[in-house]
Amino acid sequence: MTAESTGAGSTRAAAPSDEHWVLRLYVAGQSPKSLAAFDNLTALCEDRLQGRHTIEVIDLLKHPRLAKDDQILAIPTVVRKLPPPVRRMIGDLSDTKRVLVGLGLHRLT
Amino acid sequence: MSIDSDKRPPRKRPRPPALRKAPTGITGLDEITGGGLPKGRPALVCGGPGSGKTMLAMEFLVRGATQFDEPGVFMAFEEHAEGLAENFASLGYDLNALVKHKRLVVDFVRVEPGELEESGEYDLDGLFIRLEDSIDSIGAKRVVLDTIEVLFSGLENTAILRVELRRLFQWLKDKGVTAVITAEREEDGLTRYGLEEYVADCVILLDNRVERQMATRRLRIVKYRGSAHGTNEYPFLIDEGGMSIMPLTSLGMSYKASTKRISTGVPRLDAMMGGRGFYRGSSMLVSGTAGTGKTSFAAHFAQAAIERGERCLWFAFEESPDQIIRNMRSIGIDLAPAVKGGRLRLEAMPPTAFGLEMHLVAMHKAVNEFGPDSVILDPISNFSSVGSDLEIKTMLMRLVGFLKSRQITSLFTYLVMGGTSEEATTTAVSSLVDTWLLVQDVDSGAERNRVLQLLKSRGMAHSNQTREFVISDRGVELRDVYVGTSGELLTGSALMVQRAREEAQVIVQTQEADSLKRELELMRQAVEAKVLELRATFEIEQAKALRAIAQGAARSTARIGDRSDMSLHRQADAAGTGPTTGPESGGAS
Repeated sequence: MTAESTGAGSTRAAAPSDEHWVLRLYVAGQSPKSLAAFDNLTALCEDRLQGRHTIEVIDLLKHPRLAKDDQILAIPTVVRKLPPPVRRMIGDLSDTKRVLVGLGLHRLT
Repeated sequence: MSIDSDKRPPRKRPRPPALRKAPTGITGLDEITGGGLPKGRPALVCGGPGSGKTMLAMEFLVRGATQFDEPGVFMAFEEHAEGLAENFASLGYDLNALVKHKRLVVDFVRVEPGELEESGEYDLDGLFIRLEDSIDSIGAKRVVLDTIEVLFSGLENTAILRVELRRLFQWLKDKGVTAVITAEREEDGLTRYGLEEYVADCVILLDNRVERQMATRRLRIVKYRGSAHGTNEYPFLIDEGGMSIMPLTSLGMSYKASTKRISTGVPRLDAMMGGRGFYRGSSMLVSGTAGTGKTSFAAHFAQAAIERGERCLWFAFEESPDQIIRNMRSIGIDLAPAVKGGRLRLEAMPPTAFGLEMHLVAMHKAVNEFGPDSVILDPISNFSSVGSDLEIKTMLMRLVGFLKSRQITSLFTYLVMGGTSEEATTTAVSSLVDTWLLVQDVDSGAERNRVLQLLKSRGMAHSNQTREFVISDRGVELRDVYVGTSGELLTGSALMVQRAREEAQVIVQTQEADSLKRELELMRQAVEAKVLELRATFEIEQAKALRAIAQGAARSTARIGDRSDMSLHRQADAAGTGPTTGPESGGAS
């Protein structure tokens, strides 16, 4: 990955029986929407994945070229890189139900 | 194409000096926009599917990058960069090379309906950042967003989208880039999502209408804030050279009229026009029924132009170039070398291939490319299958105006349908031309002969005589004028009969003179014979007389001698005269 990972997410060891999740959050600086998205995403992952996940945060103001390379349009955008298939979600992730469905976390207990 | 501002009539309203324009470089568009799109502002180009929005937008960027040193960013929402590169390669644009040389950035923004899940608030900063990065990476001065409305299908929250679009257009203005935003046209309104609300400076509408089963592309400037602009619908063409818009009515009538005269290619026809042919830059109509030799006149005209060292462009609406060359060869005009040498271009254009206006644009374009001194349209009447008389007239008016503005001499042929009044059907067209040559078949006895009349020729004294002409392997030749006893022109056999009659008359007259001469000679001979006879008689008489005189003298001498002897003998008087033989002697006694 060329992206710089701010490493703000939980990186605890994954449970051996389950897949590891990689989620990437695209933000533009420290905007309220971006901060809200990060908080919401972190809380959801903690709740559902219990540490079997990595959250990479990419600030497009620092890496503008990635907006083109990764097809980013809206801010904030979260992309589920792993497990496949890739899923995308935009917004501050305040609507928890939609986030769970959108990222495929709803099937996990 | 350059802006022919000097050829245009003076504007009524002065253009605000503050408004700067970014030339598009697209043929004709800069002319009707008075210099291009508003510089540093967004312009909206809307139209239905396949109306040429992407084409216009991309050509704006490519020409900006290659001609005006203004690199550009193409943000594509509908088509991949690869697809665009492929499509535009067929138009001769090497997008990949432009990208490589940092004159162009093509960014495909993938928006799949339903792919983006939404949860909560967001903005389009990602798009802004992308665009800014692209702009800054090459120092772009131009931006295209094609078609940004796609976002409406990809994003659920239209309230956010509208706010963001408004922000985007303002941002583009602040950035100082000249932008083209394309948008899908809605049947009732202008654009489906009302983008015209955000882009208020310049709105261009593209249209691809089908009339008479033929599609015609048209462009109209709906709005151009702070600038005068052409308000008509302008037809345009998209071909391998890109877009060409025909700035039809921007030409005006301020063209210069040449006083130079050029030959029609038929010497005796020139003679009918005051001996010097017609004016350079004027237009000539040759009308007539089928087989009257219209194309032959056109061929002479072309040949004459070629011989003067000029270039001639021949639009053939009926025959193929090969056929024209073959047929004209049969009348002694070989056009092939000129075609090969690049002096003559025979451009076959099936009239039904596309609509009138598209034809006009195509001809306009061909003229611009070839740069002819004269143009032939053969025959314009074939357009009647694709347009009404009025439409044809309008088209020709535009074409004649355009050609005149370029000082290009033109010749049109017009096929008149048999049975209709020749003069009536072409009247609509004839008012557009400067010289009108009418060629006709005249039925005389058991044959048809070709005659021509110069119905009008502006700006010169011209012959009003009806003339017969023949087409042989030496081309078109006008015959001498023979007018019959009742004042009609004698043609063909009637002409030959008249000629024979005249010749016979000459022979008879010669014979009469000969016989008179002979009679005279006979008379002279008779007189001379008489004279000889008389002279002979005279000479005989003279001889007789002289002889008699001589004898008489001798006798007298002898008598005198006798008398002397007798007087001597009789001693008589010497003066006396005695009787002698003959009357004297009788009287004397």
